[in-house]
Amino acid sequence: MFYREAGDFSTSYAEDSQTFPIKFDRYRYYLVLFLAIFVVPFMVNDYWVNSLFLPFLIYAIAAIGLNILVGYCGQVSLGTGGFMAVGAYACYKLMTSFPDVSMLIHVLIAGVITAAVGVLFGLPSLRIKGFYLAVATLAAQFFLVWLFNRVPWFYNYSASGQISAPERTFLGFNITGANTQAWATYLFCLMFVIFSAYVARNLTRGSVGRKWMAIRDMDIAAEIIGVNPLRAKLTAFAVSSFFIGISGALFFSIYLGAVEVGEVFGIQKSFLVLFMIIIGGLGSIFGSFAGAAFLVLLPVALKIVGVDWLGWPTDIVAHLQLVIVGGLIIVFLIAEPHGLAQLWRVAKEKLRLWPFPH
Amino acid sequence: MPEQLAFTIEVFLNGLMAGVLYALVALGFVLIYKASGIFNYAQGVMALFAALTLAGIVDGQVPFSHLINAIFGTDVHHFGWNVPAFVAILLTMVVMIGLAYAVQRLVFRHLVGQEPIILFMATIGLAYFLEGVGDLMWGSDIKSIDVGLPQGLNMWIDETTFNALGYGFFIDNLDIVASIIAALLVVGLVLFAQYTKQGRAMRAVADDHQAALSVGVSLNFIWILVWSLAGFVALVAGIMWGTKSGVQFSLSLIALKALPVLMLGGFTSIPGAIVGGLIIGVGEKLFEFLIGAPFLGGATENWFAYMLALIFLVFRPQGLFGEKIIERV
Amino acid sequence: MNKKLKLSTLALGAALAAGPAMAELVFPSLSYRTGPYAANGIPFADGYADYFTLLNERDGGIGGEPIRMIECETGYNTEKGVECYESTKGEGSLVYQPLSTGITYQLIPKVEADGIPMHSMGYGRTSAKDGAVFNNIFNYPANYWDGASVAIKHLLDVNGGSLEGKKIALVYHNSAYGKEPIRTLEELSKKHGFELSLLPIDHPGQEQKSQWLQIRREKPDNVIMYGWGVMNQVAVQEAANIRYPMDQFIGIWWSGSENDVRPAGDAADGYKALTFHNVGSDFPVFDDIQKFVVDAGKAAGAGDQIGTALYNRGLYAAMLAAEAAKTAQGIHDTKALTPAQMRDGMEALEITEAKMADLGLPNFGPEFKVSCENHGGNGLVAVAQWDAAADSWNLITDYVEADEEVLAPLIEEDAAAYAAEAGITPGC
Repeated sequence: MFYREAGDFSTSYAEDSQTFPIKFDRYRYYLVLFLAIFVVPFMVNDYWVNSLFLPFLIYAIAAIGLNILVGYCGQVSLGTGGFMAVGAYACYKLMTSFPDVSMLIHVLIAGVITAAVGVLFGLPSLRIKGFYLAVATLAAQFFLVWLFNRVPWFYNYSASGQISAPERTFLGFNITGANTQAWATYLFCLMFVIFSAYVARNLTRGSVGRKWMAIRDMDIAAEIIGVNPLRAKLTAFAVSSFFIGISGALFFSIYLGAVEVGEVFGIQKSFLVLFMIIIGGLGSIFGSFAGAAFLVLLPVALKIVGVDWLGWPTDIVAHLQLVIVGGLIIVFLIAEPHGLAQLWRVAKEKLRLWPFPH
Repeated sequence: MPEQLAFTIEVFLNGLMAGVLYALVALGFVLIYKASGIFNYAQGVMALFAALTLAGIVDGQVPFSHLINAIFGTDVHHFGWNVPAFVAILLTMVVMIGLAYAVQRLVFRHLVGQEPIILFMATIGLAYFLEGVGDLMWGSDIKSIDVGLPQGLNMWIDETTFNALGYGFFIDNLDIVASIIAALLVVGLVLFAQYTKQGRAMRAVADDHQAALSVGVSLNFIWILVWSLAGFVALVAGIMWGTKSGVQFSLSLIALKALPVLMLGGFTSIPGAIVGGLIIGVGEKLFEFLIGAPFLGGATENWFAYMLALIFLVFRPQGLFGEKIIERV
Repeated sequence: MNKKLKLSTLALGAALAAGPAMAELVFPSLSYRTGPYAANGIPFADGYADYFTLLNERDGGIGGEPIRMIECETGYNTEKGVECYESTKGEGSLVYQPLSTGITYQLIPKVEADGIPMHSMGYGRTSAKDGAVFNNIFNYPANYWDGASVAIKHLLDVNGGSLEGKKIALVYHNSAYGKEPIRTLEELSKKHGFELSLLPIDHPGQEQKSQWLQIRREKPDNVIMYGWGVMNQVAVQEAANIRYPMDQFIGIWWSGSENDVRPAGDAADGYKALTFHNVGSDFPVFDDIQKFVVDAGKAAGAGDQIGTALYNRGLYAAMLAAEAAKTAQGIHDTKALTPAQMRDGMEALEITEAKMADLGLPNFGPEFKVSCENHGGNGLVAVAQWDAAADSWNLITDYVEADEEVLAPLIEEDAAAYAAEAGITPGC
């Protein structure tokens, strides 16, 4: 019906290689963007932004970053929490050292610093592969968290070692600290999400992305056909850490406002982001969004249903939440091992051929 | 004997003992990974679940009592009896075997032939699930396990070393027991794998699924067997760690202590888990004693264990005892 | 249970932030009955809930106004804490007790902006005691620095007034919380001439052999512990293992519950812990709780925590909140309260022995008075000791005042740093 390439003719290479070759997809994409930028900010209140949109958007950036490394380049990493902490602390140091500079710059520089740290911890990936690498990146996780806890310079010698985001602005609007507007923080994060998704999408389908995928599929074969594994792996670590650093900076400055490194950026965070991309789908930008949505929104939804509607005791709901999330992960895997993105792809394919089954 | 040397030896010995406790957790990972290529993230939660079940059975707690009370408005908590520890361990083992059967039937049978990362993901789902069920079944308060294991300073070692060296060494009785049990466990597992029909079948499956299948080994049975063994190892680890700290949620985090051990020893080697455990235990304790506490402000053990494993891996990417990775194009 | 049914109807639609229901006094309870610290969160949440249930059942609320408690599960996780705060603040919540230092820190700017008071009792940011900077944050009756100071005072008492040349080790959770007392203890070590050694333990703290071997080697005269969760149980057990004399081992109040000492059995006998409220269930109010709450089938949770240290702390927190609400009702001459009025009530709160005896809680906590300059009370802390044979804690000292001479400048300094960072002009 409406979901067809038929009648949609490409007259240039650019059109031929666009992200959404089907007209319906393209309009849907524009509609989502339009809603996200021009409609949602006028409808949201503190609750929606602080408990749903901000965590979703920020986790989506982290998931995109990790997906580049794991999904596209095949290097399993469990250091995400540590790298997010680098982004957060870099952002904190920048915010307090240069109070007059725009937050945009701080967050981007925090990303760059994280990228440098990521490359450093990516070096062992040249020797170590698979799950061994995953466990090796845990060294980064534990070391970085210990470092930020240990060296008082990172938290400006405050009494307790917590870092708190002071009030900072972007284009004259408060986006950190106490007096923020829900729409402003939302739009600020959304900007980074769109930027990340755009860059990631275009990197992964260009020559860099193809090299990553060649390394993922078989690194020795890739080396033989002329892909430099050193450069490919390290660029993947750099780009991935850049996004993760941005998400860490936003997580601290916009979303939480105060952070204690061991609690917020601990090993659980690394696992959580990894779960997101596996559930969402490895090697898919859409999957990163889907996974983040699944793990951020589902617990909140279950809580609302269980506690607020059904009135069960909070602890039983929390335990059932674990059981249901765990059960759903297994059910999804059995139904579709390649994640939500694959389900989406299959659905689209079916829709495209409809009403014919094949 | 100079004091510093005596201290170092004491730390070294305690590191060995701690290493054994890490190795106990790591063993469960190795068993499953070797036989089915699954990296079982849920191993730590299995230890928690086993220990919770054991403590609950000993106390005669009614499973799911909290949930039952909330739904039906009843007020049941205890059956009013206490089960002797030995019987409770047997009953817990029955539960763990049941769990192994359920996991195999309901989850991994449907995922045969999938990529490792997907199997890994399934174990994550399993971990969430078990964590929730464990809490719902037995409640989230701290339970103490007492199966009669001795704890505390070993007086004999303390006195002997004091008389001989002028400084009494501290060795924990529980650690000694753990070492003996770990040794028995490894010997038992090796004997089982070498000399019994099921054990040989297990090794055949570990070598090559399809070949094993074609000579008539039941994969299903072997995998249930392996998960049951891992459940048993989890129970032993749960008892050891639970005796120390009481049974509570944090018990599931001991898996993090086992990961560097696994990396170092190789995912596929049972002796590797033990040797890796010893190296990590000694390495992190000595580093904390000699460098961490005096110069770096302490609490370095967690990351140093991983750093140590990382350094080893750079030279042997498959771990000390792992099977050599042969790559062909 | 009918409690649950009641909750269901009350909490309906809470997520979508319905308009504030002014007819009731809303007290959110950010509890954690799950996760790594559940064992500590459950008794506190039970005590908090039971006291409000008691007020509703016995007195019809506070000043005739019914109380509505909204429970929200945080799992001790900061992100869930945000969700809980945002989902309940629109309900007219009067005061937040986040029960986690991490959540407290991130709620500080938010509650200041939203004008809702927050009470972090025995945790959170210590310098919030300075009410001139932290308008909406209260941490009476005692904070972490008071705890450290009183621990040292107790040791002074035990050692005949001098700690000169003594060695004291601090075993602490390697996190913001655990690092709190370091600065205080360093100052006190200068003042009293004892030698302080620091032993951090990384989260979660199941493996502490290195630290306890070090204690065994260095033989400090006393060990002070700022521990949390599984770290407490393991530390008590390891101390017993190396035969460290338990009566020289003092924990902060978060290391002083039944949960922390029971797993070690008889070996834990004599272990000391600080506390800012009394222990046990030997108070008249517990008869009322039995009658109106437990026997009526309205007890929170499993109802098996009554009289434990943390249950009493939850009850004490609820009592202080209720008293503040009463004070606020008196000041503003109204029954229905707004968060701003509640804040005034908290700032004018005065707890006297007569008041506590009136409530059926004689000598349950220290006497203190809150003022605009002082949001932290007088820092009165007592020491309790564990009696393993009787399976109970016993207070062994009176409430002792912390060394304000040392603490006041530290608090001033930290509060000033916050004011500068957040752009606040301090003022009363």
